[in-house]
Amino acid sequence: MKIESIQNGIVLDHITAGKALLVYHDLGLDKLDCSIGLLQNVKSSKMGKKDILKIHQMYDINLDVLGYIDPDITVSIIKDGQTIEKKKLKLPERLTNIKKCKNPRCITSVEQDIPHIFKLTDEENRIYRCIYCEADK
Amino acid sequence: MKHLIDPTDLTVQEIDDILDLAIDIINDKEKYQDACKRKKLATLFFEPSTRTRLSFEAAMMELGGNVLGFSSADSSSTAKGESVGDTIRTVGCYADIIAMRHPKEGAPLLGSFVSEVPIINAGDGGHNHPTQTLTDLLTIKREKGRLNNFTIGLCGDLKFGRTVHSLIKALSRYEGIKYVLISPNELKVPEYIITEVFKKNNIEYKEVTTMEEVMDELDIIYMTRVQKERFFNEADYIRLKDTYILDKSKLKTAKPDLSILHPLPRVNEISTDVDSDPRACYFRQALNGKYVRMALIMTMLEVTV
Repeated sequence: MKIESIQNGIVLDHITAGKALLVYHDLGLDKLDCSIGLLQNVKSSKMGKKDILKIHQMYDINLDVLGYIDPDITVSIIKDGQTIEKKKLKLPERLTNIKKCKNPRCITSVEQDIPHIFKLTDEENRIYRCIYCEADK
Repeated sequence: MKHLIDPTDLTVQEIDDILDLAIDIINDKEKYQDACKRKKLATLFFEPSTRTRLSFEAAMMELGGNVLGFSSADSSSTAKGESVGDTIRTVGCYADIIAMRHPKEGAPLLGSFVSEVPIINAGDGGHNHPTQTLTDLLTIKREKGRLNNFTIGLCGDLKFGRTVHSLIKALSRYEGIKYVLISPNELKVPEYIITEVFKKNNIEYKEVTTMEEVMDELDIIYMTRVQKERFFNEADYIRLKDTYILDKSKLKTAKPDLSILHPLPRVNEISTDVDSDPRACYFRQALNGKYVRMALIMTMLEVTV
């Protein structure tokens, strides 16, 4: 198998092994028209094994989604074969329309057109709560 | 413009100012009889209520203002499928301030996002009930003379009891309060109250399952009703509804200056033989609800006399 090196695009590295498909899905990468390399269980001195995603196109990546899935993922922007920027992720303070509130008593269960918004209330335990009903996700 | 959605939307200073204003109203009602003249309060009650709606309406009338609104979702355009946001935008064209109760949690917050006039959360599902909290705080202040340094027992449905959640959040900002949480295992306070209020702020609390084992420790006991409307399963409601009944015999070990509070309505969780006990505060509490809502309406409309 040969994975081409990227000339212009984005590399998502240090994805927890087994989570690359989740990242692929939640970022909506299936909607892109470019080549995408997905490597699973790659040997890593730091993590033992890891997943990597290589996107062969510049793309306005949703860092909130990525930070929510795994804030330890590294994001490298590649231009003309060179890394021109590394983006640091953190747990986003708010999640808008990334997850849906499942509380049947929440107003979001009956009002169809309102955004589902969660706020980070406990960074250490990665707890997000619905801003409407305060249920955790 | 400020809304009151969650009890912590008000700072401790703002709460103290509202309570002081309420006490001034109690002491000199005539002074405030025209404070809200030509102002209109809309009471939007998508869920039935007696005390809260009527006390809001009585409060506005005693301030010389007018009241409009509805008392059930069936008699509003919600029955036609109108969204909360559209209802609030429309009512904001006719009223200066809105008090809103809704069975779904977060509905008043949603309303506040689009409202051109102040919104008061008059209860949203099992979530929050900040004006009941102001009522409770005024009652504690009048009965005890302070809002700090006491042990309060909260008894009954602590899971769906919105008055309990709001009261705990508000009291957590005052010093020296110990909490005794009395409930069956199925109706314990939500985990987020434990972690994000008690543990986060190093507040002393304990959870027990009978009121008898802690009665002698309490300065205040806050009784609540097991609410039928919060259960999806009627069998669970029937099994749990009579778990706690406070009667004269259970008060034998209580302190002579205990204050018995209840947000009302009660079903049978306080026996009527307790009503004549001077420690029973719940009807005085209902009266305080009108005065504190008068103070709140004036504060939110930025009216002074």
